[in-house]
Amino acid sequence: MPRVGVLALQGDVREHVAALERLGAEVVTVRACDQLEGLDGLVLPGGESTTIAHLLNTSGMRVVLEEKLRDGLSVFGTCAGLILLSREVLDGRADQWSFGLLDVAVRRNGYGRQIASFETPIDVEGVGTVPGVFIRAPKIETWSSDVEVLASLDHGDGMHPVLVRQDNAWGCSFHPELTSDASVHRLFVDSL
Amino acid sequence: MSSSRDTSTTGSAVVKRGLADMLRGGVIMDVVNPEQARIAEDAGAVAVMALERVPSDIRRDGGVARMSDPQMIQDIQAAVTIPVMAKARIGHFAEAQILQALDVDYIDESEVLTPADEENHIDKWGFTVPFVCGATNLGEALRRIGEGACLIRSKGEAGTGNVVEAVRHLRTINAQMRRLASADTSELFALAKDLGAPLALVQEVAATGQLPVPLFCAGGISTPADASLVLQLGAEAVFVGSGIFKSEDPVRMAHAIVEATTHFRDASVVAKVSTGLGAAMLGAETSTLEVRLAERGW
Repeated sequence: MPRVGVLALQGDVREHVAALERLGAEVVTVRACDQLEGLDGLVLPGGESTTIAHLLNTSGMRVVLEEKLRDGLSVFGTCAGLILLSREVLDGRADQWSFGLLDVAVRRNGYGRQIASFETPIDVEGVGTVPGVFIRAPKIETWSSDVEVLASLDHGDGMHPVLVRQDNAWGCSFHPELTSDASVHRLFVDSL
Repeated sequence: MSSSRDTSTTGSAVVKRGLADMLRGGVIMDVVNPEQARIAEDAGAVAVMALERVPSDIRRDGGVARMSDPQMIQDIQAAVTIPVMAKARIGHFAEAQILQALDVDYIDESEVLTPADEENHIDKWGFTVPFVCGATNLGEALRRIGEGACLIRSKGEAGTGNVVEAVRHLRTINAQMRRLASADTSELFALAKDLGAPLALVQEVAATGQLPVPLFCAGGISTPADASLVLQLGAEAVFVGSGIFKSEDPVRMAHAIVEATTHFRDASVVAKVSTGLGAAMLGAETSTLEVRLAERGW
């Protein structure tokens, strides 16, 4: 049974915990550096990326987590979590930083503000169709050939990846944790 | 590969409640100009509430309090990357239509403004933009959810810097939910009648033990300890109105309340951020108030 952390500084932590527990993982909510020890994987939840980035700094976790991620700790980020894992953040704050594990450029609120938030089915490679919930969602604008695209969506302006993987990092524009379908979480947990 | 052309839905309950889920564990700060909005974002706020006057000034000035000038809301939208909320008067669906046209991320149908309708709240189901509404008890919360609210905040007493009403309202809502959770199913009909709440929602709360939407806290939070208190009482996030920009050192107060909200169970963190913070807003004893904002809305 893998031991999976959920970064619990801010955001929809509870839904990720529930999804992972349904899959039989041992779940740890992570608010401090010592809780990063002994994990097989870590989830960066949805929330506000500027807030979570700020709290990673003030809690001293940014440096410790950066090292663990470089050492290969598996990580899965949804929405704000995807932003935190991307190499480049467009339309962010001037001082917005990210861990840069995914070789993608992601645009904050790339699918629009809240009234443009939407639901649509998403075909995920090797899984089938899952419900996609996009909330002020980040859009992957460019991506390198090192990035494995597991799902894409044409939302009126051509295909953009919405679920990607590169080495130990997984990122998702939408929120599988807000639905009862745990198959995207299962992909991640099975990889641990 | 998927195309959303024929399958995409906006304005569903899932995406409207979903944004509230994303704000959990955060602080939503009242701001009256772009500079304050930037201070809020710098301090780690999850969203800002754009309004012309914070509640303590509305209370002091009197007169009719209305929706803010669209220019001011747009200036704040341009200044920050986090969600921007704005307030409409209770029952004033035309103000809400304007706020939706301005692309705000959440509308607060708020008792802090002067009510426009003394009988009806806004029919919130017809809007794509989600609504937050205040409540002092479970019946009020479920009536608002029945009208389409996607987020409930306990009302407290805005603009007082006094957390006592926020505590009263949170404790009332939680106690009434516990009562439903322990009730026999045949008791729920009479309990729904007593609460004045839709039966289906009463049955849902009885089955799950929680509201069908997130429960945040507002009205009177003015220190890191206040934030820790209401989160330990079950609030999932906090709205801070006058408490930040009416304090002696708003930048430090904003940072401190954000830290206390994240680490609300860790008293050593709350102690650290409370140290040398300068004066909180002056505050008011609620028993001497001429106007009780929480009594607006029904």
